[in-house]
Amino acid sequence: MPEPKYISLTVDGKTVTVPEGTTVLQACEKAQSPVPFYCYHPGLSIAGNCRICLVEIAGTPKLQIACYTRAAEGMVVNTTSDNTLNGRRDVLEFLLINHPLDCPVCDQAGECWLQDYYMQHGLYDPKFDEQKIKKPKAVPIGPTVMLDAERCILCSRCVRFTDEISKTGEFGIFNRGDHSEIGVHPGKTLDNKYSGNVVDICPVGALTDRDFRFKCRVWYLGSTNSVCPGCSRGCNTQIHYNRERDWRPHIANGERVMRLKPRYNPDVNQWWMCDEGRYGYHFIDENRLTQVQFRRNGAVQQKPWEEGLELIAGTLKQLRDAKALDQAGVILSSHMTNENLYASRKFFTTLGVKQLVFQRPKSGSSDTFLIQADKSPNARGAQALGIAEGAEALLDLAAKKALRVLFVFVQDLTELFGPSRVQEAARQLELLVFVGTNMNPTSQLAHVALPSAVYAEQDGTFTNFEGRVQRINAALTPWGEAKPEWQVFSELADKLNLGLAFADPQTIFTELAKTEKPFQGLSYQLISDQGALLKK
Amino acid sequence: MSTLSEQLLHRIRDAHKRREMTWWERTYLPAIAQGLWLTSRHFWRNLFLHIAHRVGLFRDVPAAVTIQYPDQQRQMAPRLRTRHRLTKRADGTPRCVACMMCETVCPARCIYIVAGEHPDPNVEKVPKSFDIDLGKCVYCGYCVEACPEDAIRMDTQRHDIAAYSRDGMWLDIKELLNPGSKQFGEPPEKFVQLPPPPSR
Ligand code: SF4
Ligand code: SF4
Ligand code: SF4
Ligand code: SF4
Ligand code: FES
Repeated sequence: MPEPKYISLTVDGKTVTVPEGTTVLQACEKAQSPVPFYCYHPGLSIAGNCRICLVEIAGTPKLQIACYTRAAEGMVVNTTSDNTLNGRRDVLEFLLINHPLDCPVCDQAGECWLQDYYMQHGLYDPKFDEQKIKKPKAVPIGPTVMLDAERCILCSRCVRFTDEISKTGEFGIFNRGDHSEIGVHPGKTLDNKYSGNVVDICPVGALTDRDFRFKCRVWYLGSTNSVCPGCSRGCNTQIHYNRERDWRPHIANGERVMRLKPRYNPDVNQWWMCDEGRYGYHFIDENRLTQVQFRRNGAVQQKPWEEGLELIAGTLKQLRDAKALDQAGVILSSHMTNENLYASRKFFTTLGVKQLVFQRPKSGSSDTFLIQADKSPNARGAQALGIAEGAEALLDLAAKKALRVLFVFVQDLTELFGPSRVQEAARQLELLVFVGTNMNPTSQLAHVALPSAVYAEQDGTFTNFEGRVQRINAALTPWGEAKPEWQVFSELADKLNLGLAFADPQTIFTELAKTEKPFQGLSYQLISDQGALLKK
Repeated sequence: MSTLSEQLLHRIRDAHKRREMTWWERTYLPAIAQGLWLTSRHFWRNLFLHIAHRVGLFRDVPAAVTIQYPDQQRQMAPRLRTRHRLTKRADGTPRCVACMMCETVCPARCIYIVAGEHPDPNVEKVPKSFDIDLGKCVYCGYCVEACPEDAIRMDTQRHDIAAYSRDGMWLDIKELLNPGSKQFGEPPEKFVQLPPPPSR
């Protein structure tokens, strides 16, 4: 690639050097004199239709739009002159001519760019005195998105998204002049696999999320960086949760996670995420395993942790004393973090259990953009840790009475291998332990079910299909009595006098990065919020 | 030398300490005499003034009156902040659009609103439930100030809350739309159930 040519220009008296071809808007951003914008989106083509990004460029008689004008050598840009500010104010007045100003009922309020820029540049005494044009309101244009055409500022971001990114072309702008109206083409619905993204990029409340609709005001939300566990792409996300839940338990019936939003990562998902991942967060608050459960002959009992751990440790001790640890098997899951996989592998190998495998969930659909067929976040991490794959052999062994104890993590095996095989295995086993986050048919077959923390309640890392190790952060504390897996193993190891202890995910990762070849040289600092690649 | 905050703390603690009473005080005789003196002074003063008012004397010196509460209610200034109500549209539905401004601003965090869909897309949002926990409310009136729809007012002229339990002090949307319809002896009809302290 030829070296790009660099040019220098002056923005508000500051000189910046940028590669040739950069727009004035990007140059201004680099000079830390940000310019407001609506229609510009770094991931879409430039439309230049909203006109809010006006700046004054010395030598041109009129204000120019920063998003479309190329920066040139020696250009002198002013983003704060009276002329510029008046220009922005007038543009805002135009944009608001037909706007219904229904912020109180609008879900966007609080994160709305119209509100934000109006606070900075508003004309608080508007001159407009005519009738506003009425347009359709609260129209469900697809399973995920609600349209309010009156609030639209016709920036065409959504149109460009469906044309350029999802390539499905549902949106269009119809009619002319001030009757222009956003909508989906007649007979179409917005139901592509990436439809939720138009809500993120719509700068105003014209497109809102039906899943999030009226659920929670955005100013009640807290946000934590995480990674989507929906497939092995590992799209970078933010978990938005109800941070005021302690005193506002009525919001969304007390659920904690309100929505997921994609987070920019140029190497993974850019600005986007798929709908399956976006709306696949409900398991965090629904149908959770909250307590240790014992099940004998169909009767369920809730027990304290101590008893559960005692029982498991006792059985393992018996096996160890009888030198029969080859009759124990472990089925880990590619839903577990690298830290938890490492901790559990270390626990079982120190104990002397050799039959340790991991299992992926059923594979699903995939495409050439983001969605991967492997519907778990960390199969690559399990491979990198040298854990063998496939639970089938162990199930067969169990059914043949060649196993006495089997540990199953997170996953529902009945979905993969059919209920009868798992039932048969459970019948033959002396002890079937399920360690997982949610109740499922497999947890209901287990003799002991231990509640573990979901990804949103844990610190750790996932390795995506390309081998990119990415951080997840705990947004919530574990639900009920759930615990992260590494903690369970720490306590079990203590009971079995294995001389193992795990302090927290970060120390586990430091150890892992020392001992595991592919992870060498990595650390939480290095991974930070954009991830780092495994060694080849 | 103790710090200022320590001194303040001591003063607050000392304020709770009782002084030892003397023997004379413990007979309670001086306190009884004092009480009798105070009561009879008011009695004779009011007796004199009410008779004087009858004959047109000392009209500008006020005397105490008794209001037979609760059979008789005292006239209150219209601007006094009293119990809340929700205003209605012409068709009888609440004006409230469940914007949560009052819920957000409330310093006692005693407003609990659950939003729902309004059949008219031009209204769009309406409260499915609207509860105020009067047991917590500090009658600051911020909710009224914050409302962009003039949907909540504190002008019912009611200020009595007596109930057999804290739960009984909740106002639900029915009472708020029709002030005075709730019997406080009734079992609470709360939409929002506060769970025991969450485990997060
Ligand atoms: S789009 Fe923005 S300005 Fe318009 S009603 Fe919604 S919050 Fe208010
Ligand atoms: S709906 Fe939103 S993204 Fe689409 S044109 Fe209107 S304002 Fe822009
Ligand atoms: S008066 Fe004050 S404390 Fe009471 S509900 Fe309104 S805002 Fe809350
Ligand atoms: S501020 Fe007014 S409109 Fe908004 S929720 Fe409260 S009462 Fe309803
Ligand atoms: S951002 Fe430049 S015209 Fe819209």
